[in-house]
Amino acid sequence: MNNLSTGIGFVLLTTFLASTVEAIEMVTIVVGVGATRGWRATLAGAASGFVVLAIVVAVFGLALSAIPIGPLRLIVGALLLVFGLQWFRKGVTRVAANGFAGIKAGHSDEELAWTGPGFDWTAFVLAFKGVVLEGLEVAFIVVTFGVTANLLGPAVIGGVAAVVVVSAIGAAIQPVVSRIPRSLLQLVVGTMLTTFGTFWAVEGIGVVWPAGDAAILALLALYVLTAVTLISIERRHAFGFSPWRKA
Amino acid sequence: MKPIWSSVVAFGSFWYRFIVGDDWTVAAAVVFGLLATAFLNARAVAAWWLVPVLVVVMVVVSLRRASPHRNFLREAQEEKK
Repeated sequence: MNNLSTGIGFVLLTTFLASTVEAIEMVTIVVGVGATRGWRATLAGAASGFVVLAIVVAVFGLALSAIPIGPLRLIVGALLLVFGLQWFRKGVTRVAANGFAGIKAGHSDEELAWTGPGFDWTAFVLAFKGVVLEGLEVAFIVVTFGVTANLLGPAVIGGVAAVVVVSAIGAAIQPVVSRIPRSLLQLVVGTMLTTFGTFWAVEGIGVVWPAGDAAILALLALYVLTAVTLISIERRHAFGFSPWRKA
Repeated sequence: MKPIWSSVVAFGSFWYRFIVGDDWTVAAAVVFGLLATAFLNARAVAAWWLVPVLVVVMVVVSLRRASPHRNFLREAQEEKK
């Protein structure tokens, strides 16, 4: 029972944070387009994007659920590991460069105010693209993580909750969204995906981890230590804080 | 035939960039690590430590190779601007 609770907690946390990382950009795009070009077409585009994402999650989830758990853990674990390492490296780089800063709202020439008659298809396409492109990575994480942990329901709940929370914040107090430390969240999610990817892929081969599931915490500690060490080393070298460098 | 082939290439290229990203050597190292772990495990050698160690080494190598003079921090700041 404890293991199940811990599993649900990890799955909810990982999918919630991963979705938050992408939802920040998603909401920034949608609110930016809506504020400059009007809300009707923008919200229609965003809603269509969410429908596409829901179909992707359902089809992808059903397909993966049909694979036996052993090969699934090896294949999905390896994919999560490779994919998670991308976010891990980007997170280290960006946190080293920007600390806990948020993102700047994008400015696009396409987002000029719409004054013409009829439906604004440009706003529709911009919002649709923003939701689908930013949401695809979330769908990938939610489905692979959820199916492999045998907890697709909580994974979807974690993903949807993040989008709802960030959207609510974006609708109420838009500037706050851009101040959420996205780089740090990306690093946290990259670390968790790398941790679970390592655990599942190696377990999928048939290797027995020492201490069983507790090895997940040891892997997490190893990767957190690696990230913290690399960030501090890179900041020292790049910004001249090296104690052994002559003034 | 040509448009179909270019669509297939574009589809494959999308998934490659999506999963593997900008450094294929990290993905190659992961595959190598898993194959080596399977090889050692089949011979009853404890190999659970191999992939975690390889991951740490590859992250360090990848970051260093991408930015031999640590310009990546300034590039990341420029990208943010």
